[in-house]
Amino acid sequence: MLKQRKYNNMTYILIGLVTSLVWIYPFYLVLVNSFKTKGEIFTNTLNLPFDPTFANYPVALEQLDFFSSFLNSVMITTGSIAIIVLFTSMAAYALSRKPSKTSSAIYFLFALLMLVPFQSIMIPLISIFSKVHLLNRFGLMIMYLGLASSMAVFLYFGALRGIPKALDEAAIIDGCNRFQVFWYIIFPMLKSTSVTVIVLNAIWFWNDYLLPSLVINKPGMYTIPLKTFYFFGEYSKQWHLALAALVLAIIPIIVMYMFLQKYIVKGISDGAVK
Amino acid sequence: MQFKKLTYWMFLAPTLLAILFVIIIPFIQGINYSFTDYNGFQINEYVGLDNYIRLLQDGKFLDSMIFTALFSVVSVIGINAIGLGLALIVTQRANKISTVFRTIYFMPNLIGGIILGFIWQFIFLKAFEGLGDLTGIEGFYGWLADTKTGFWGLVILFVWQMSGYIMVIYISFLNNVPDELLEASRIDGANSWQRFIHIKFPLIAPAFTISLFLTLSNAFKVYDQNMALTGGGPFSSTEMATMNIYNSAFKLNEMGYAQAKAVVFLIIIATISLIQIYFTRKREVDL
Repeated sequence: MLKQRKYNNMTYILIGLVTSLVWIYPFYLVLVNSFKTKGEIFTNTLNLPFDPTFANYPVALEQLDFFSSFLNSVMITTGSIAIIVLFTSMAAYALSRKPSKTSSAIYFLFALLMLVPFQSIMIPLISIFSKVHLLNRFGLMIMYLGLASSMAVFLYFGALRGIPKALDEAAIIDGCNRFQVFWYIIFPMLKSTSVTVIVLNAIWFWNDYLLPSLVINKPGMYTIPLKTFYFFGEYSKQWHLALAALVLAIIPIIVMYMFLQKYIVKGISDGAVK
Repeated sequence: MQFKKLTYWMFLAPTLLAILFVIIIPFIQGINYSFTDYNGFQINEYVGLDNYIRLLQDGKFLDSMIFTALFSVVSVIGINAIGLGLALIVTQRANKISTVFRTIYFMPNLIGGIILGFIWQFIFLKAFEGLGDLTGIEGFYGWLADTKTGFWGLVILFVWQMSGYIMVIYISFLNNVPDELLEASRIDGANSWQRFIHIKFPLIAPAFTISLFLTLSNAFKVYDQNMALTGGGPFSSTEMATMNIYNSAFKLNEMGYAQAKAVVFLIIIATISLIQIYFTRKREVDL
């Protein structure tokens, strides 16, 4: 019995290992080839470089305008998330603390809007925002607030059901107003849900291409995915530069993943199952 | 202690205003556009159902819909089979190495479709050539150059990306399978296959409903990966529905017509989601 289980253990590790290698292989190939010269990529794609070179990276860094694209991505992602976390938790708080027909109707409206795919509102959305001169980073943040609100409101609403109303009432008797109750007592208790909301939206906004490509039209404002896309179009036959650019685009994500893995995995499973 | 009316609306206002201007007004405006010849600047006339009649006769649009539907069905099967497989691998033992595996399988989901598409473009174009030279197998050459390899290229990319995501859903259900149950069956002599079929499988059934429809609607909505991997080529033969809509709107400036396509797309996605909700609810009631 024990021997059998040990044998099973080995099989699982072996299967897991082989699958992991298959999963990583595309990243590995991109990474090793980014250290090759243009010519070597064509003659020797699968092996390690004969004569590793870092020469592709400075060029890719410059052509990607990496630091400016990185800052644009950081700004748009954090700005959008900040307003989403604040406003949707407030909305969910109001809905959960005042059960009424109005609240139910608003909740139902949020649910209904989840059925609407982005492509079906894309054209009028861009027209409307263009008319009021909001095709810029600020406009993009408002769009993200609208598009991400249903999911965030549901997550917060679910968490708020577990926080007793007696807590609010005690604080109000002690002289707090609603905003103080929310900000000092309720909002800190929603921390775990906030992490989920932040993780889910960070992955979305950081990587989003279609919406920013429609909204942001000044090259200096481009995010990493936008810049990567245009860069690739220009350098499509120059794999050595293109691959270095891909590695640069991935690095910030991998670094974040290593530091915040626990939260990311939790955020994803909570968001997917609830 | 009730919320004061004014305070209640102040808490809700920012979010409600955002959905009003970002989703509700565009949604109504979109339905309106779909009956017009809107070109991005102005509406010259209302054309009634012309746009809808036109899309039914538009071979390119119908092809993109069929391509998308085929892509979605094949991907959904692949993603769920492999995602469940991965979940079973990493839940067999609770140890460090399982965590490492899980981290690796999940990684593609953190990276955007544009970057993943370019990574796989490199794999299919260059690395596959290298594999062909190494093994002498014909099948490694000429990827993404025709519709068939373009289709399978997209499927491989999407399955590789999404399996890790779906794995997370299956893991959370598998972790809820009571240990006593598995232990009891082990004592009774059930092997791991029997334990899977008779104990785990029925208990994770709700995960199938969630995962199937989630992957189905995600597959229908794919755009970035399509854009970066094949760009719709060769000759728009691997153009998916979303790219077809995008191109008629922003490349050909036929916004009214594109919006009619977008309304059809909306109906398909909404139907998929409603069926999912129906099944999930029904199961909850049955239990």
